[in-house]
Amino acid sequence: MLSLTHFLVLAGILFAISVLGIFLNRKNLIILLMAIELMLLAVNYNFIAFSHYLSDTAGQIFVFFILTVAAAESAIGLAILVVLFRKLDSINVEDLGSLKG
Amino acid sequence: MSFQAVVFYVLSLILIVAAFRVVTAKNPVHAALYLVLAFFTASGHWLLLQAEFLAIALVLVYVGAVMVLFLFVVMMLDINIEKLREGFWQNFPLAGTVALVMVAEMVLILSSPEANLAGFKAGAAVAADASNVRELGRQLYTVYLLPFEAAAVVLLVAMVAAIGITMRKRADSKYINPAEQVRVRRNDRVRVVQVQAVKPEADTASDTNEQQA
Repeated sequence: MLSLTHFLVLAGILFAISVLGIFLNRKNLIILLMAIELMLLAVNYNFIAFSHYLSDTAGQIFVFFILTVAAAESAIGLAILVVLFRKLDSINVEDLGSLKG
Repeated sequence: MSFQAVVFYVLSLILIVAAFRVVTAKNPVHAALYLVLAFFTASGHWLLLQAEFLAIALVLVYVGAVMVLFLFVVMMLDINIEKLREGFWQNFPLAGTVALVMVAEMVLILSSPEANLAGFKAGAAVAADASNVRELGRQLYTVYLLPFEAAAVVLLVAMVAAIGITMRKRADSKYINPAEQVRVRRNDRVRVVQVQAVKPEADTASDTNEQQA
């Protein structure tokens, strides 16, 4: 029988994998954004699992808002990425040292 | 093992492999496609947890919109992958240790009797005709109306910001300013010139020939 622990451990593993991804892809901005999406997914797992096991839909409402904010975040992140690439011809984090207006 | 448990373990395996491939794939396009797989699998898990609306929303919003945006950007940019992959596995020992420690800590905390997670019994089986969407909608438009409006504003601001950031004036593009077109007057375009009529000199030989022809 599935218990709450199953889902929480799965979410923990997912979160750890995305942390691993942030360590490994420290130069590639696109993969960094993807790892952040994975992290948000792991967080959403927790909300939905608790929502199910507490029989309370408030958790699902929270996930709905997280999805909204995450979509906005990735849209702006990718827009910044495109502008950056236009300016620098690179998405390497190491090239982003200069922040001059 | 019940049917649900089998589904859970199969989906979990796919999810973990897909997530690992997202962060280790050489080609960013492959990473994006594995992320699509991860989201699909997650939506299957959410169906197991009886969150039908969010499962569908995850597929529609994430796979349908966000991941397409990701793929679009990845394919648009011409990235030198080799340079970005330099020393990729160099940090793996440290990163793997951190990740393993995190997982071990989570497992220890969640499985300890103190956490008492076993006390959470699975929610009572919902009636076959109960609608998850109706319930969420009812809460969203009553209790959470203000956050809902705020979320709408967030999306609007994000859209305006994304367009504003990426819009640019190209120096080499040729375009006409419509305001100038509308503002134009007849006098700017047409000039009526009074030309004095000149009598042709009739005595030249060529002119007379033409007139006869």
